[in-house]
Amino acid sequence: MAQANSNKPNVTQKQFFLGVFLIPFLALLTALAAGAVVMLAFGDDPILAYQGLFQGAFGSGRAWSVTIRKMIPFILTGLSVAVAFKAGLFNIGASGQFVMGSVCSVAIGIHFEGLPMIIHLPLAILSGMLGGMIWGAIPGLLKVTTGAHEVIVTIMMNYLASLFAGWTVYAGGTQGQTPGPLWDRTARAISETPDVFDSAQIPWLFGPPYRVHYGVFLALIAVVVVWWLIYKTTIGFEIRTVGQNPKAARYAGIRVEKTVVLTMGLAGALAGLAGTIEALGLNHKFAPEFGGQVGFDGITVALLGQTHPFGVVIASFLIGALDAGAAKMQFESGVAADIIQVIQALVLAFVAAPLIIKALFRLRSSDDEKHATKLNTSWGGS
Amino acid sequence: MTFWSRTAKISVSLALIMIVMAILVEITILGENPWMRVFFGVSALNFTLRAAIPLVLGALSGILCERSGIINIGIEGMMLAGAFAGFVAKSSTNDWPLYASLLFSVLVALGVGGLMGLLHGLFSIRFRMDQIISGTVIIILAAGLSSYLYDRDAISAGKFTPIPIPLLSEIPVIGPVIFNNAPITYVALLLVLIVHIAIFHTRWGLRTRAVGEHPRAADTEGINVNRQRYFNTMLGGMLAGLAGGFLVLEAVGQFQEGMTAGRGFISLAAMIFGNWTPFGALGAATLFGYTQALQNEFLLAGVTTIPRQFVSMLPYIVTIVAVSGLVGRVRPPAAIGKSYDTEGNK
Repeated sequence: MAQANSNKPNVTQKQFFLGVFLIPFLALLTALAAGAVVMLAFGDDPILAYQGLFQGAFGSGRAWSVTIRKMIPFILTGLSVAVAFKAGLFNIGASGQFVMGSVCSVAIGIHFEGLPMIIHLPLAILSGMLGGMIWGAIPGLLKVTTGAHEVIVTIMMNYLASLFAGWTVYAGGTQGQTPGPLWDRTARAISETPDVFDSAQIPWLFGPPYRVHYGVFLALIAVVVVWWLIYKTTIGFEIRTVGQNPKAARYAGIRVEKTVVLTMGLAGALAGLAGTIEALGLNHKFAPEFGGQVGFDGITVALLGQTHPFGVVIASFLIGALDAGAAKMQFESGVAADIIQVIQALVLAFVAAPLIIKALFRLRSSDDEKHATKLNTSWGGS
Repeated sequence: MTFWSRTAKISVSLALIMIVMAILVEITILGENPWMRVFFGVSALNFTLRAAIPLVLGALSGILCERSGIINIGIEGMMLAGAFAGFVAKSSTNDWPLYASLLFSVLVALGVGGLMGLLHGLFSIRFRMDQIISGTVIIILAAGLSSYLYDRDAISAGKFTPIPIPLLSEIPVIGPVIFNNAPITYVALLLVLIVHIAIFHTRWGLRTRAVGEHPRAADTEGINVNRQRYFNTMLGGMLAGLAGGFLVLEAVGQFQEGMTAGRGFISLAAMIFGNWTPFGALGAATLFGYTQALQNEFLLAGVTTIPRQFVSMLPYIVTIVAVSGLVGRVRPPAAIGKSYDTEGNK
């Protein structure tokens, strides 16, 4: 939505407010209400659940620290999906890029003992970003060279990433299969890497129990850099032009192919950075179970944030809070934490279809086409 | 021309080669080579078919939607919803006679799949949501709801068992592979033929294709474009639901969270690989199913020289190769992904 109206000169103040703030806000509210209806329908108590959710997200200093910590990967995967959206590409591959980021950064982090932090940490971070970048650029490359649609390729790349990552930390099998190269020999049958050296860990902001680390600043820096890149540079202009009208972009002399590969690489690097920061800042190692839903969450965050870098930060805060409060909610009210995923799907639905929200709240319907997020959707070449 | 499209030809020849090889392995000295057994044994072919059935159904689901101009990347979600619904229905009717309970569960899976299809239609037609995002919503919604509602103590007792077809099942190799299967498998194979005939030889099919290729022209001819699309996405949802039902009620016999494991996406690739034709999709699904069978056979044969993770990558790599290797040779319906309204601004 923002991709269409953010620099249209003739958008009135009111329409801008409607599109950028009111609709996401109402979407979130409606999704929470609809989530409550689902809970009621299946015999759960929504008030108790939402109380627990709020407690878990904002109830204490500890809760706030969890919310902030959860925001970090959402910001970066959200940015990843948002950047791709800008070029009309749909990156469902953030999960795989995240995993590759984790593995590649940990691979550097568990080697090179004794390297000073000022070299070791940046090296590990760059390695993770590179891993994600390659994983993102491959679907872009296949799209421009063969016409393979990025939606299918990125999804397949997700499965490949998790299998590859699983192999790197594989503990070996009972039938004498060789263990993976990053496996921690002292972990016996557990498939995981050893801890990364202190010199490659992102330090804590405060001491325990607040597990917030400096990664949050890295994420915010990424936000500003992406904003600058998209709105203030030629590359960003090219990305947005390709997203709005690839044919016109080609006529204007923009090398669409290059832009597509670049955008996917950038998206991959951002999701890779998310995985890197989670690995070096929080888990300090890699195990196959780290990763999970982040990719799909990134889609929700990107659309809730109206595909604008600053919007993504606000959206990550909200989705991060939902995620942070989920455990407490389940503990306090007995409502399965999976309801959060349902609510997220509803948020996504309401944000992506402003017509629903407009119909619900009887808002004046104007310029629907401009407000809807549109991708370059065609399976074939083009 | 549509029947013998290039991809259909390729896939049918591949299938023929496999069957011939399997017969050779079964009756000649080739069978003494363990590798030959891994690649072409009857068990590999059996597994291929079993892995291919949900992919075929998913691909047919995609064909029904996309031929009418609606992109359906939500197959994965519709499948999962169908699987979960089938499981809930089965586990709550365990005390019914087995077949009554199973049939009821299949109907529920079909129904819930159809509802998911309708939801996709509602999002993308009525509310003009981007169709790819709508599909994503379906996927996340199905995953979330099925985990939220999953009762880990519930069990579904019993599943469909093979019904050998008299005489035909006696044929060596072909008999045990094709004519000794459980009901949904037969139905799925029949559906390939039915959908083929329906799309290319009935009035409904002509309308579907008209709506998917040139909605304005179809509208001028008096076809209700959006009604046709609603109907097709609902049917498509039902087929994806049936695929989910197959997983729970025929293949596994239980529900696991996220049990579709990417099958919906692979069926999407099968649909593209098969150039939006049912028989092409059958061939592609068989190919993808074969890669999964190989993975299984490798494990059974105790092959340890290649790490099992790399063997498991096969289906996904083949999918990528398949969708990348076909530029310009496949052609999606022209009006795909575009919403349509009668006032006409697009």
